[in-house]
Amino acid sequence: MKFLDEYRDPKVAEAIVADIRRHVSKPRVLMEICGGQTHTLMRYGIDNLLPREVELVHGPGCPVCVTPLEILDKAVEIASHPEVIFVSYGDMLRVPGSKRDLFQVKAAGGDVRIAYSPMEAVDLARKNPDRQVVFFAVGFETTAPANAMAVWQAKREGLKNFSILVSHVLVPPAIRLLLESHGNRVQGFIAPGHVCAVMGYSEYEELAQQYRVPFVVTGFEPLDLLEGIRMLLAQLEEGRYEVENQYARSVTREGNEAARQRMFDVFEVTDRKWRGIGEIGQSGYRLRPEYAAFDAETRFGVSDTRAAEPPECIAALVLQGIRKPVDCPVFGTRCTPEKPMGAPMVSSEGACAAYYRYRRHDLTVLV
Amino acid sequence: MCLAIPGKIIDSEEIGGIRIGRIQFGGVSRKAYLDFVPDAVPGDYVMVHVGFAISKVDEAEAERTYDLMRQMGLLEEELGKEVETLPGGTVT
Amino acid sequence: MTSTFSLNCPLPLEVTDRVLLGHGSGGKLSAALLSDIFFRAFQSPVLARMDDQAVFEIGGTRLAFTTDTFVVKPLFFRGGDIGSLAVHGTVNDLAMGGAEPLYLSAGFILEEGLDMDVLRKVAASMARAAQSTGAEIVTGDTKVVEKGCGDGLFINTTGIGVVREGVNLSAANARPGDRVIVSGTLGDHGMAILSEREGIGFDTSIVSDSAALNTLVRTMLDAASRSSLTDIRCMRDPTRGGLASSLNEIAACARVGVELIETAIPIREEVRGACEMLGLDPLYVANEGKLIAIVAPETVDAVLAAMLEHPLGREARIIGTVSGKHPGLVTARTAFGTSRIVDMLSGDQLPRIC
Repeated sequence: MKFLDEYRDPKVAEAIVADIRRHVSKPRVLMEICGGQTHTLMRYGIDNLLPREVELVHGPGCPVCVTPLEILDKAVEIASHPEVIFVSYGDMLRVPGSKRDLFQVKAAGGDVRIAYSPMEAVDLARKNPDRQVVFFAVGFETTAPANAMAVWQAKREGLKNFSILVSHVLVPPAIRLLLESHGNRVQGFIAPGHVCAVMGYSEYEELAQQYRVPFVVTGFEPLDLLEGIRMLLAQLEEGRYEVENQYARSVTREGNEAARQRMFDVFEVTDRKWRGIGEIGQSGYRLRPEYAAFDAETRFGVSDTRAAEPPECIAALVLQGIRKPVDCPVFGTRCTPEKPMGAPMVSSEGACAAYYRYRRHDLTVLV
Repeated sequence: MCLAIPGKIIDSEEIGGIRIGRIQFGGVSRKAYLDFVPDAVPGDYVMVHVGFAISKVDEAEAERTYDLMRQMGLLEEELGKEVETLPGGTVT
Repeated sequence: MTSTFSLNCPLPLEVTDRVLLGHGSGGKLSAALLSDIFFRAFQSPVLARMDDQAVFEIGGTRLAFTTDTFVVKPLFFRGGDIGSLAVHGTVNDLAMGGAEPLYLSAGFILEEGLDMDVLRKVAASMARAAQSTGAEIVTGDTKVVEKGCGDGLFINTTGIGVVREGVNLSAANARPGDRVIVSGTLGDHGMAILSEREGIGFDTSIVSDSAALNTLVRTMLDAASRSSLTDIRCMRDPTRGGLASSLNEIAACARVGVELIETAIPIREEVRGACEMLGLDPLYVANEGKLIAIVAPETVDAVLAAMLEHPLGREARIIGTVSGKHPGLVTARTAFGTSRIVDMLSGDQLPRIC
């Protein structure tokens, strides 16, 4: 597959790794922000290729993991209504709410369906005028334009039976909070390539300057990640703290104006709670007043749902990169992908789940 | 987050003010919305996320980046495995 | 601006009290369902072996006996239909035990309102499939359920056959040093079905690989018989849950490790493209006309050569080795030379946006 396979070439990987080994002079802690990048790192065992001095910690870049418990409970509540067709991206279905996940709602008779694209939900609304179609609009900035388009289109068509349950989160405020926190050990960031394809990367320049930390906008294939890591390490070795773009084939500094325009037609910035972290100011999107009619929370009267999250697991520390999944006392024992206790084990992109699925044998076997 | 993969635009049309195209990914194809890449035309490659093209692949950039990486690979082969690690320095 | 992160964490969910879709996926949930409910109730040493078929002796003859139920949607798909699938599936389970299929039964659950023409086509397809394998459908049953209680049509087939003399096929036989062979490309059936599913469909020429494997198995056993029949330790057809689930079952049962070479695993370009698009791993996608065989190293080349001559084995490959390390775990060497676990999934693989 063009523009995919070339970035999986093992010979080039070897070369980049060799270059990294030659230039690393002291221990470095890097964080990749995006769950998709964590997935690639784990699946290709890239952390095992890197010299010991380079430590990779996994950031909160999994919108599925960080969707607040309240939102999950609202989703479960809405999906339980008999007239509702609840449409969601696949990865959200197994995320546990306070009592149930969406799969269990389906088992109890709820009409819960998977869609690959939010426009499928709009199609469903058109075809089923006597049902209420609710789309679970989750994601980072990458997914927001698509979710916005669905609402925009629904409004154009005057669909009365379509609404969305919004839980959008933004990357830069989370990074800022991380950089502000006392325990932060991260010295350089592998910035999320597809978020930046939409948003551009000027937001990270401010962070780089203010906190004197380098960023490299990186893609998702193994060579992209290795190259991004190499560029970050070079910055650290040379004492630079800039924003560089490894993923230039898909990302420009200005990002995608057309996508952002549609997104801001429909959404505006708001405060948001992140599961396992807490509330971060101005870190999410909500529907603009002109589109408020499409808000499923108001339509179904679930705006006041509150959920209690008793402290037990170290999800927050893992999400900040302060701890590794293996440091957690319940990792792999009481907390597994089947019975997740915390956010990072919930989604297949979460650090704990990725580690558990692909790499737990490292604990007992040396490759 | 953000699973997006590169695909080639096979054709495109406008339906009710929205631009939709058929995108090919290594032998399978699916429709995707092209409104976010207004200057992409059939033959171009785009990154598709949840049924939307979110950016056009800059083929010149792709080639440039890949060439740089590949050259590193060739250089590595030439130098062979007996290269000594010079602390903090570059290999000449 | 100082800040502290609160340590929030959801309570673990209670063990599920209802059947979930995931219980049918062939992964960990399925395994739990089997052991918690069925194995516990039906105490049987034959059942406990957890092979695809039950093998027992009656009057000196070893018989293989198996059952399978088919709930595929859509009923008709590129490369087959629920009828041919139902015949091939049971014939294959018998073949995995080294048995030629002799007799099949067919039980039907029909939804009120099902188009009679659909039923006619399915029956014709079953007849054709059975005939091509040499098996006869000799008994069956039909039930009709009220509209809304079934997906149009469900079929259960049960099969019986005689196990070939000298054959001893069971997951427990796998031992370190054995090689893992796959008979052809993986993921074709699952992706063919998925391509027609509402909400995530796509256009493709991928065709289900649904096929009866008994003649391929016969060829393989013939090849092995020149040295020793028991050099073929076990065979599995990787249906729901894919290659990964079948290998995990074998690894758990025989308490061995399996090490795959990722680059050796044959996958069609279109299947790869479709999986990339949806974020799925082809190793977990269902197959209906492929088999995995665990073969002793002395005989593997001969078996492979025989497979390559057979129409259903033209793309057969050796894809890994059974190892004594990390018993119960299946791992894969990536193209980068690193190693990753090929885990057992809990439920179905879900398309992802992450």
